[in-house]
Amino acid sequence: MLATRELTAFYGDFQALFGITFELNEGETIAIIGANGAGKSTFLKAIAGLLPRPAAAVRLDGRDIGALPAYDIVKLGVALVPEGRRLFSSLSVEENLLVGAYGRRTGGPWDIAAVYRLFPMLRERRHAPSTALSGGQQQMVAIGRSLMSNPRILLCDELSLGLAPIVIRDIYAALADIKAGGTSVVLVEQDLVHAMSVADRAYCFQEGRVSLSGRPQELTRDAIHAAYFGI
Amino acid sequence: MLGWIDTLLQGILLGGLYSLYATGLSVIFGIMRLVNLAHGDLIVLAAFLILAATSVGVPLVAALAVVVPLMFALGYVLQSVLLNRALGRNILPPLLITFGLSIIIQNGLLETFSADTRFLNVGPLQGASLPLGGGIAVGVMPLICLAAAIAVILVLNGVFYRTAVGRAFRATSDDVEIAQLMGINNRSIYALTMGIALAVCAVAGFFLGARANFDPSIGPARLLYAFEAVIIGGLGSLWGTLAGGVVVGVAQTVGAHIDPEWQILSGHVAFLIVLVIRPRGLFPRAVD
Repeated sequence: MLATRELTAFYGDFQALFGITFELNEGETIAIIGANGAGKSTFLKAIAGLLPRPAAAVRLDGRDIGALPAYDIVKLGVALVPEGRRLFSSLSVEENLLVGAYGRRTGGPWDIAAVYRLFPMLRERRHAPSTALSGGQQQMVAIGRSLMSNPRILLCDELSLGLAPIVIRDIYAALADIKAGGTSVVLVEQDLVHAMSVADRAYCFQEGRVSLSGRPQELTRDAIHAAYFGI
Repeated sequence: MLGWIDTLLQGILLGGLYSLYATGLSVIFGIMRLVNLAHGDLIVLAAFLILAATSVGVPLVAALAVVVPLMFALGYVLQSVLLNRALGRNILPPLLITFGLSIIIQNGLLETFSADTRFLNVGPLQGASLPLGGGIAVGVMPLICLAAAIAVILVLNGVFYRTAVGRAFRATSDDVEIAQLMGINNRSIYALTMGIALAVCAVAGFFLGARANFDPSIGPARLLYAFEAVIIGGLGSLWGTLAGGVVVGVAQTVGAHIDPEWQILSGHVAFLIVLVIRPRGLFPRAVD
């Protein structure tokens, strides 16, 4: 469904990705693991359209989408939950969710009622300023906000970053519900255990290249270790 | 005592005019972080456009009704074909473009309308006043001007806080990168923003010409008052901008009451005092 071919990305003169070839099939969950600075977040940003990339390097359903700006990518059903939540600070919880519907694709299961069913806590706090929420609640808003666009593919950047283990468990439980609704998921994670437990396949990045890929159960600890650190 | 009350009242009314100058600037800066150095000249341009319309026989209010959408369109086009190309992390290029615009507009007006001082003829309303008793009276035009300033803010707040497109404006102002991830085309939001700001400029130009004389050279001074009102008010709200306009207006009339030569100076001094005491303005944004 979604594929990249020799995807490269730059921050100014600094090259962050050196030709990533990747494929996501319908309904699949893929984990992207790797050390800090391996290019995982950059990869998601390049797909979502926040970074310039070669036009033919990203394909969705066989169509090149590499030249499209971010606000058109989301309308095709590819939504990014950004690293660090990045909620709109002057908007309430509910307004954050409603903004997520701005680039809404028709025909998916998600609307504000469905998001409140997934995260009932958000309904109680819907009029609170988004800055008044705990880290875990903010992450729920960030996920809900992306779901409001009715994505076919949800790109998640470091969902567990800075959250308590019990909260991470809740977030991953919600992720299972999202998958059950038919959404494909790409997870960027530093938390190996969680990422591997939900993923159908995994890619390991190292210094802007894919160093290892395969099904979690086929990847040995040593192989992951080597691919992770390059030793 | 009565003299001071009168002075204060006149200052508040003058603040209404300054608030109208400042509201457009505040909207532009709040949403795009762009400082529009041509803002004052655009107000003067609007005043001349209204004047030109009345000189061919269009009634004054109808002229305003024509110039408001005209200025909106000008703002939309200006942003989409010119300023959007200069957007980026560096704030200098758009600043230089608006500086150049300021010079072009001033000289264009000078060529077209000459350096003569003009005013908009509002008929019998010109000198009309409302006696408040005790020898104090307020001008009807200044009163309408203050009411217009408040009405403009009410309308803009209604758009920003009660509509879906208003949410998109605020989201873009908070975090333009994430706003794009939500499907918001930031460039068209910016074009709308500039359109709205210039529509407010048209209203401001109307009251500029209705309350006082104008000529092509007075834009930069209006920009200065507007800028001071925005900074005094803080970037939190448009009501803050109104308050900022009133602070500058009151400071000017109080200064003039003491010594007519101090009028302009005391407005600037009040600005500096507020800046020293509250560097982020009277009503700052919660998170920046």
